[in-house]
Amino acid sequence: MKSSVITFPGSNCDRDMDVALKKFGFNNKMVWHNDNELPKSDLVVLPGGFSYGDYLRCGSMASKSKIMQSVINFAKSGGLVMGICNGFQILVETGLVPGVLLRNKYLEFICKNVFVKLDNKENTYFKNLNKDVLEFHIAHNEGNYFCTKDQLKEIKDNNQIALYYCNYEGKIDDQYNPNGSIKNIAGIFNKEKNVIGMMPHPERMIDQSLSGEDGSIFFKNLINNIK
Amino acid sequence: MEVNEQIAIDHGLKSDEYKKICKLLKRTPNITELGIFSAMWNEHCSYKSSRLHLKKLPTKGKKVIQGPGENAGVIDIEDGDAIVFKIESHNHPSFIEPYQGAATGVGGIMRDVFTMGARPIANLNSIHFGSPQHKKTKNLLRGVVHGIGGYGNCMGVPTIAGQTSFDSSYNGNILVNAMTLGLVKKNKIFYSKAAGLDKPVIYVGSKTGRDGIHGASMASASFDEKIEEKKPTVQVGDPFTEKLLLEACLELMAGDSIIAIQDMGAAGLTSSSIEMASKGNLGIEIDLNKVPCRETRMTPYEIMLSESQERMLIVLENGKEEMAKKIFDKWNLDFAVIGKTTNSKNIELFFNEEQVAEIPINILVENSPMYDRKWKKSKLPKKNKIKNEVLNKLKIKDVLKKILSNQNICSKEWIWQQYDHTVMGDTIQKPGGDSGVVRVHGTNKAVAASVDSSAVYCWAHPLTGGKQVVAESWRNLISVGAKPIAITNCLNFGSPENENNMGEFVECVQGIGEASKYLNFPVVSGNVSFYNQTKEIGIKPTPSIGGVGLIKDYRKMISMDLKEVNNLLLIIGKTEGHIDQSLFARAILDEKNGPPPEVNLFNEKNNGESILNLIDKGYVKSAHDISLGGILVAISKMCIKGNKGVKISKPKNLINEIEYYFAEDQGRYLIEINKENLNEVTKILDKNSVHFEEFGIITQKDMIINEKTKVTIDELKSYYTNWLSKYMS
Repeated sequence: MKSSVITFPGSNCDRDMDVALKKFGFNNKMVWHNDNELPKSDLVVLPGGFSYGDYLRCGSMASKSKIMQSVINFAKSGGLVMGICNGFQILVETGLVPGVLLRNKYLEFICKNVFVKLDNKENTYFKNLNKDVLEFHIAHNEGNYFCTKDQLKEIKDNNQIALYYCNYEGKIDDQYNPNGSIKNIAGIFNKEKNVIGMMPHPERMIDQSLSGEDGSIFFKNLINNIK
Repeated sequence: MEVNEQIAIDHGLKSDEYKKICKLLKRTPNITELGIFSAMWNEHCSYKSSRLHLKKLPTKGKKVIQGPGENAGVIDIEDGDAIVFKIESHNHPSFIEPYQGAATGVGGIMRDVFTMGARPIANLNSIHFGSPQHKKTKNLLRGVVHGIGGYGNCMGVPTIAGQTSFDSSYNGNILVNAMTLGLVKKNKIFYSKAAGLDKPVIYVGSKTGRDGIHGASMASASFDEKIEEKKPTVQVGDPFTEKLLLEACLELMAGDSIIAIQDMGAAGLTSSSIEMASKGNLGIEIDLNKVPCRETRMTPYEIMLSESQERMLIVLENGKEEMAKKIFDKWNLDFAVIGKTTNSKNIELFFNEEQVAEIPINILVENSPMYDRKWKKSKLPKKNKIKNEVLNKLKIKDVLKKILSNQNICSKEWIWQQYDHTVMGDTIQKPGGDSGVVRVHGTNKAVAASVDSSAVYCWAHPLTGGKQVVAESWRNLISVGAKPIAITNCLNFGSPENENNMGEFVECVQGIGEASKYLNFPVVSGNVSFYNQTKEIGIKPTPSIGGVGLIKDYRKMISMDLKEVNNLLLIIGKTEGHIDQSLFARAILDEKNGPPPEVNLFNEKNNGESILNLIDKGYVKSAHDISLGGILVAISKMCIKGNKGVKISKPKNLINEIEYYFAEDQGRYLIEINKENLNEVTKILDKNSVHFEEFGIITQKDMIINEKTKVTIDELKSYYTNWLSKYMS
C-alpha cells in the first residue's frame, strides 16, 4: 500500500507519521509542499505541526500551497485523505471537510491522552474495528471544533461525525471535552467519508512504551481495509 | 557621536574598564566600537566575575567529547552517537516580558544545540517565581509557561521534564532556565572555530531588526523601578523561522561545506563573529551593508548589537556558496555573504564603503576584564532543637495534607500539559517522573534528563547546597534506571559586587565541583546569571543542575508508579531525622534557620550504584528518590501514580514519627521489589554495605500509616493535584 505524507514548512509530526505508516506496512513517501504532483498513493496524510507558523490562521496558508491542488483533486476523485491536528486545520481551510477549528476554550495548549468514540464504521478508516472507544493523544492549541447549526444538522444527517471525545466507557459528556468542541466532536468526515480530519494523533500511540497502543489498532485496521 | 567616559558608563562599562579600552586601542573608540566592547565585556558574555571560579569545576571524563567553551557540551552515548546539551538562563528578559523572554530563552538554547549539528530531541526547564501571593506571580507564571510552550511546541521538540518553585526571594527577579538535548553522530559534530583565509562568512536566518539591542547588557545589571523602560531590549521570537532554520542547517550540515558555525545569541553579530575568528586565531571583515535588515536606516551600531533571533553565522568552504544558498532558498530564509576571514587578527567593519570599526580581536577576548571579587565565607548554621512536645501535637494526616498541597510539592500538571511532551514519538517517561526519558530514535537506547535546584539549602549553606543539587540530579537519573554521565549548570545568583552574594556563588560552585568530581559526573556546559536582584536584594542562590544519563535498554527503564499488590517497599539510605531547612520546617513549623541536610558523597555513590545494579538484574519494579518533603511525600506520589495503596510498617528507631516521615536526609530512595527477591536484594545491598529498611507492602487501596491513620488514594490525589490549577483559574 502506498502512502504520502505532505511536509509543509513548519510541519513537525511528519516524521512521526512516516514512522507509524511504515511500521504498519505502508510504503510511504514524503512529499514537499512545493511539488506539483502527488506520487501514486492509496492514502495521503496531512500531518500535525505548525504549518507556516500558524500565522494568519492555522492551516490557512498551507491550504493554498502548490501541492494542495493535487491533494484536493485526489480527494475529489475519491482518494483517501487523512488530516491530523494541523492537517485537520488545513482540511477545514480547503473546505474538504465542513466547520472551523477555534482556539481551545481555556486558551491553553493541551497535551494529554483522551478517549474518543467512533460514531460511524461504514468507512475505510474504521470498518472492522473491534473497539468503539479508542485512547488517543491530543496536542493542540486550536482544536475547538465549531460549525453552524445548519452545518451541524447536515453532518449529523450524513453521518459525518467520525469521533467524539468521551470517557473510557464511551460516555460523551461535557466534562470529557478537552477543548470546547461543539458536541464533543474530535473528528469529521467529508460527505463521501474518504476524507477525515481529526485532532487526536494516532501516530503517537503505536508502541507500548509510548502513551498507549490504540494507534497501532487503528493503523493495522486501516491498512487491512485498504488492501 | 564623540565617545567619552560618561557614554561608556551609560553602556554599563566601569570607568576603569573604559580607560583600559582607550589604553589598549591607543585611542578613543568610536560609538560602534564602544558598543562592541560593552557587548563583549559585560558579565553575560565575558564571565568576568565567574571565570576564575568556574575553572575549578571538573569538566573532563571518559564520556566527555566536548566540555565548556563551545556552544554546548557533548557526551558519548556509544555506537557512534553523542548527546549535545546545555542549560541557559533567560531571567531578566522573562521578568520584563514573560512570554517573549521565556520563548526566546527556549529558542536560544535549541539554537546552541543544533548549531553543533545535533537535532534537538528534548527540552527541559527550571522556572522559579515569587510568592504565590505576590501580585505579579500569576501573570508571570502564565506568560512564562505560554512562552516556553509557544516556542517548543512549534519547533516540534518534546518538553519532557522541568522544575517549578515559588519563593518570595524571586518576587522581583524570576528565573527561567531552559535546557535542550540534541542527538548527533559523533563524527558529524560542528564547532565554532573558524579556519582558513578568505573563506566566505555567511549570514542566514531571519533579518536583523532593532529588537534586543543591549539585551546582554540589560541581563548584566540589577533591576530598579525603571525596569519597564527596558522592554525594547527584550528579543521577539519566531519559532516558525527557527524550525525552518533548524531544517535548513541540518540539511547543509549533511554535506561537508561548513568550516565553522555559530548562532547569533547574546550580543548577536558582535559575539558570533568575534568568537569564530578568535577561536581560529584569525581576523574577520564584514560589510554591514550586506546584512539583511528588517528595518530601514539601521546604523552599524544597531546592526552589530541587535539581538534579533533565529540567525546564524557560518564560515563556508570556498565555492560552496551557491549550493548552500539553494538550501536556504528552499526553506525561504535569508542568505547573504557578508564578509570573509582575514589574517589581520582584527575585526574590521565596513559601511557605505567606509571602515566604521577596527579592533584587534585579542583585545576584545583575551584582554577582557577578569575580577577576583571579594567574597565572604559562610558558616554552617547551628542546628535547631525541635521539642518533641511540638512534634507530638501534630497529626500526621494534617501535616501530609499541607505538605502535599504546598506550592513547591504539588503536581505541576497544569504547566506541563501545556507543553507538547510526546511529539517525535520517543518520549517514554513523561513529565512528572524523576527524570524525563526519550528513546534514541530507532535504537534500544534511551536518554534520561533531569533538572534540579534547591535554593533553600544553598541559601542556608552554599557549599552543602551545591553538593546537594548535583547529588539530587544523580539520584533522579538513577531512579529511572539511567547511568548518570554528565551535567550542565545554570548558576543564578545576585550581584557579584556584593560579597555575600559572591560568597554564595564561590561556595556553591565549590560544592558542585566536589560532588561532580566524586560522582564522576563532570560539568560539560553551562551559564552564569548574576545580578538577579532588585535594588539591594538578591535572590536565594539558585544553581540549576541539568543531568543526563543513558539507559542502554529502554525496556529496563524504571518509573515511580507502584506496580503490583503484595510487593515490598524498601527504603535505601539512612533516615536520621534531619528537619532543618526541610519543607516541613518551613511550611509547618515556620522555622527558617538551621543547616541543610548533610551530603555524604560516599553514600550517594554507593547507594546509587547499588540501585543501578539491582535495576540491571531486574529486581526493581518501581523507584523514586526521597527528597523534598521526605518519605511520606515520596510514597504518596508513588501511590497516586500507581493508583495503589500501601501498608507502612515504620522501622523501629529512636526518631520521632514525624521526623521520620518528613525529614530530608540525603542519599535515600524508595524501591519496590517482589517478595521472592528479598533475599537476593538483601545480599547485594549487604555486600555493598548499603543501609536499607523494609518499609511496607503494596495494597489495593489506601495508605495505612499506623493503626490510627489511614489516607485514601483519592484523598492523596486531592491534596496533591488541585493547588496549581485552582491558583491559576
